[in-house]
Amino acid sequence: MTLTPSHFSAVLLFASFASIVFGITQRATPKAMLRYGIYCFVLFIGSVIVASWVMYFIRH
Amino acid sequence: MAQRVETAKSTAGAKSSGLGYAALIAGWLVPGAGHLLLKRWGRGFLILFSITAMFVLGILMQGKLYAPNASELLDLLGFLGDLGAGLLYFIGHMMGLGQAPVQVVTADYGAKFIVVAGLLNLIAAVDAHNIAVGRKP
Repeated sequence: MTLTPSHFSAVLLFASFASIVFGITQRATPKAMLRYGIYCFVLFIGSVIVASWVMYFIRH
Repeated sequence: MAQRVETAKSTAGAKSSGLGYAALIAGWLVPGAGHLLLKRWGRGFLILFSITAMFVLGILMQGKLYAPNASELLDLLGFLGDLGAGLLYFIGHMMGLGQAPVQVVTADYGAKFIVVAGLLNLIAAVDAHNIAVGRKP
């Protein structure tokens, strides 16, 4: 069985799992964990979108 | 009296230190096991799910499982990252997973998923140790 997600799907999966672990390990209370997890997720996705547009404008 | 208190303190310290190392090693071998050992069920199962899913997805994307290869620095670093996944890495290696020649573009994503799963597992194991020794609530 082989999985071939698109680049963006792979980013979504990566960001989800990494954010869960970051949230749990880097904060002490459940509320702070949730907030930090969401913050990391948004940063992961946001930085990928920004980097994508930068590469697009470099190419065009 | 004071001596008794000191003895009790040092015994408790030794116990928490032993538990700390047990949580660290269990957390390294099985993702989330360190937290489960400390009865942090929610955190433990979330870590188990996230890291195992990341590792399995990496394998399914035909990501490479690095073997120890001292002549290639990048391979060696990849191996150290993979090793962080503990038993997942050893089982994958024994089953011959992640050894196929790269044929799809997602294999590169897969290799990164596997390395990052290992690194995240190390962070989680250290976190379990910190909880066990009282550095983190």
